[in-house]
Amino acid sequence: MGMEELLRMEGITKVYPNGIVANKNVDFSVSPGEIHGLVGENGAGKSTLMKILFGLEKAEQGRITLSGKEIRVDSPYAAIVHGIGMVHQHFMLVPSLTAAENLVMGLEPRKGIYLDLAGAIQTTEELGKKYGLEVDPRVAVRDLPVGIKQRLEILKALFRGARILILDEPTAVLTPQETEELFVQLKLLRQAGNTIVFISHKLNEIKALCDRVTIMRNGSVQGTFEVSGVNEQDISRLMVGRDVILEVQKTPARPTETVLAVRELVVFNRFRKRAVDGISFSVRRGEIVGIAGVEGNGQGELVEAITGLGIYASGTIAVGGKSVAGMTIKAIRQAGVCHVPEDRMTHGCAATLGIESNLMSYNHDMPEFTGPVFFKRKAIRANAQQLIEEYTVKCSSPTQEVGMLSGGNIQKVVVAREFSSDPSLIVADQPTRGIDVGATEFIRARLVELRDAGAAVLLVSADLNEVMELSDSLIVMYGGKVVAYIPDAKSVSEEELGLYMLGLRKQSPEEIGRVIHD
Amino acid sequence: MTRQQRLFEVVRTGLAILIALVIALVIILVVSNDPGDALSKFLLGPLDSFRHFGNVIELMIPLTFTGIAISVMFSAAQFNLGAEGGFFIGAIAASFVAINFSLPPVIHPIVAVLFGGLVGSLFCGIPAALKVRWGASELVSSLMFNYIAFFFGLYLINYFLRDVNAGAMVSYQFKSSALIATMIPKTRISFSLVVAIALVIAAGAFMARTRWGYRIRLIGANAQFARYSGINTNHVVLYSQIIGGFIAGVGGSLEVLGMYTRFTWQTLPGYGWDGVIVAILARNNPIFVPIAAFFLAYLRIGADIMSRYSDVPNEFVALIQGTIIILIAASSFLAKYRHRLVFKEATQKASPAASPEAAQGAKQ
Repeated sequence: MGMEELLRMEGITKVYPNGIVANKNVDFSVSPGEIHGLVGENGAGKSTLMKILFGLEKAEQGRITLSGKEIRVDSPYAAIVHGIGMVHQHFMLVPSLTAAENLVMGLEPRKGIYLDLAGAIQTTEELGKKYGLEVDPRVAVRDLPVGIKQRLEILKALFRGARILILDEPTAVLTPQETEELFVQLKLLRQAGNTIVFISHKLNEIKALCDRVTIMRNGSVQGTFEVSGVNEQDISRLMVGRDVILEVQKTPARPTETVLAVRELVVFNRFRKRAVDGISFSVRRGEIVGIAGVEGNGQGELVEAITGLGIYASGTIAVGGKSVAGMTIKAIRQAGVCHVPEDRMTHGCAATLGIESNLMSYNHDMPEFTGPVFFKRKAIRANAQQLIEEYTVKCSSPTQEVGMLSGGNIQKVVVAREFSSDPSLIVADQPTRGIDVGATEFIRARLVELRDAGAAVLLVSADLNEVMELSDSLIVMYGGKVVAYIPDAKSVSEEELGLYMLGLRKQSPEEIGRVIHD
Repeated sequence: MTRQQRLFEVVRTGLAILIALVIALVIILVVSNDPGDALSKFLLGPLDSFRHFGNVIELMIPLTFTGIAISVMFSAAQFNLGAEGGFFIGAIAASFVAINFSLPPVIHPIVAVLFGGLVGSLFCGIPAALKVRWGASELVSSLMFNYIAFFFGLYLINYFLRDVNAGAMVSYQFKSSALIATMIPKTRISFSLVVAIALVIAAGAFMARTRWGYRIRLIGANAQFARYSGINTNHVVLYSQIIGGFIAGVGGSLEVLGMYTRFTWQTLPGYGWDGVIVAILARNNPIFVPIAAFFLAYLRIGADIMSRYSDVPNEFVALIQGTIIILIAASSFLAKYRHRLVFKEATQKASPAASPEAAQGAKQ
């Protein structure tokens, strides 16, 4: 590469306790003062590699050198000592404390035995000015918008003396406008002599921001290139081993009668804020309605109210003309609702039980699976084998523990169970988050199939590409309200959607009202 | 892979037991003037006579009951330690029926044992109800309830069932129709053994092959997932502990009616605590409970024989137990080796498996 090296990782191999080989003999190096892109599909091993660098994971093999000297990074503390800082995908902030308190946490300025709060606030302001990353130090973190939280995370790393900053998919939670702002700030940081590792799977961002790019696929490095010397097609070919098909294959929707009718729904979150603030919309048979919005604008609470996981405050929710608001989860499921949960490990499966046991969690008491006392073990096994085959779940046997499978295969187990319930309404919350391309495409295609077979689909996804491609129509949520309804998802640009998501633009009540099909 | 990891669990348990025994040996060597003799009494004493081996089986029976009771509750991730109190209060309830009722043989012990079980389930059900209703930790309340069971039980004996002519604080004699007959002559092994064997089979089938047992396991593995699947988790939390309490109460009833002619306990007998050890050793699987119960009973009787015939005190068994529990409960014990195993398997598999995986990904 010609340039001198600041940091080098050599021969890194990492195997997770569930047997997944996340990194295979990976070499990675960074030059001083560059923004280095690290790209790959979900599950390619980018995050794992960076977690090893930051001391969160231990590699079985390999070594790390910094300015030519070998270093041991066995904890984040050690990483920070060596000037390596990381901004995680999920923010590591205490929501109830202020920005200043979060910034100085662990290295608090003191006055006697007390925290020097004024000092902390001053530090935050000074540091913010210095790097162009200004944050109001007195505001509690939970009241800060996502983009500012991220800014605070970057400041935190800088405050701890980081010269090498790792950003793990920082734009995943940002609107297009916030992303642009972040890029300006990162370029300023580079000018100030910092080195940045930027993890992403969005190629246009790499082109816009990075000097060099390292491409990973399936746990291995495919190569490192000068960004100016490669185009997006080259990168995508190396990332997935073929040209990316971003478009979902589907025919135009032919929606018929209303399945889900939500009217004036209000849901409170755990901070007693109106997370869902008087929302009304319909989802019809044979259409996929996508909910776009920056995470934390009430989508999660909306899904929980519809599926019965959460408590709703007022308004009506009807499925197939029958009110399900406030009913038990079992009753809601019997009304024909299935639910692909946002977090598959929390709500979607029991990791220590076998695939077979996971596949029958909602219908194990149906006559096809149980007699008066004992289970019908043959029927259960046959059902499991059929679903495993139909959904191409890669496993050693139907009794293999679900926790031993890869993320994509766990998600396939979840959707196999949910989709096989013959649902009239599918609530899919982040159905392809963090899983490999194969599983992603499979699940998306399945959703379209089920739509064509007459199901109503409510899709919630933080992946803008996913909601735009997969949905037939779009609802944009901002601050717990519907701010836009786009009857044809193909007709809207990413930029326009971003304006709605940020709350900068709002449709007229008449336009929004079109979402109710009675 | 799963088979290898199961094997690993067996090896881990075996190693923990071995280390504990080595520690025991070291202590015997230090404490005893004739370590060889003490050691042989400890390890071989239970086998040296029919009667001694009978003692092992006699002790194994109540441990099987409390072990299964605890296993059922722990399987639902309910850390109810009320098996001790359930066992005790169940025994008193059975004594009450055995003393005050007049029923034909066979029927009499059955009624007494069922009543004992019922009282036991009521007893273990209270902490469960407190948890479901008010979120009180079942661990704390069941522990406290053991003392309530104990003192309330002694009160009942003292004021209602006490035989004032007996000289000690014991109950009236049980009616002879209520006693459970001895099954194997020259020992005190009663027909409770048959009940214990039936329970192992029934509990194993219940947990593995019925929807109720499935729900218990599902909640133990991931309660949020169970709720999401439409299962009423409160019901399961309740009935798992009611069943556990019932089994403990039945165990206590069989114990007094099979081994004694009066109720004589003046302290908590400790079978409920031992049941925790048994359940942990058996990994909460009812089928493995008799093995764990036998092992613990063997240790106890061995130590008992040793203390009678040598100069090593009985209490040192507690040391062995403690060591085993710590090593087994410490999930990171040997975790490095476990991970090395995973690593080896994954890298072996990686070369042939990786390419078809990639190929398939490209095809779709």
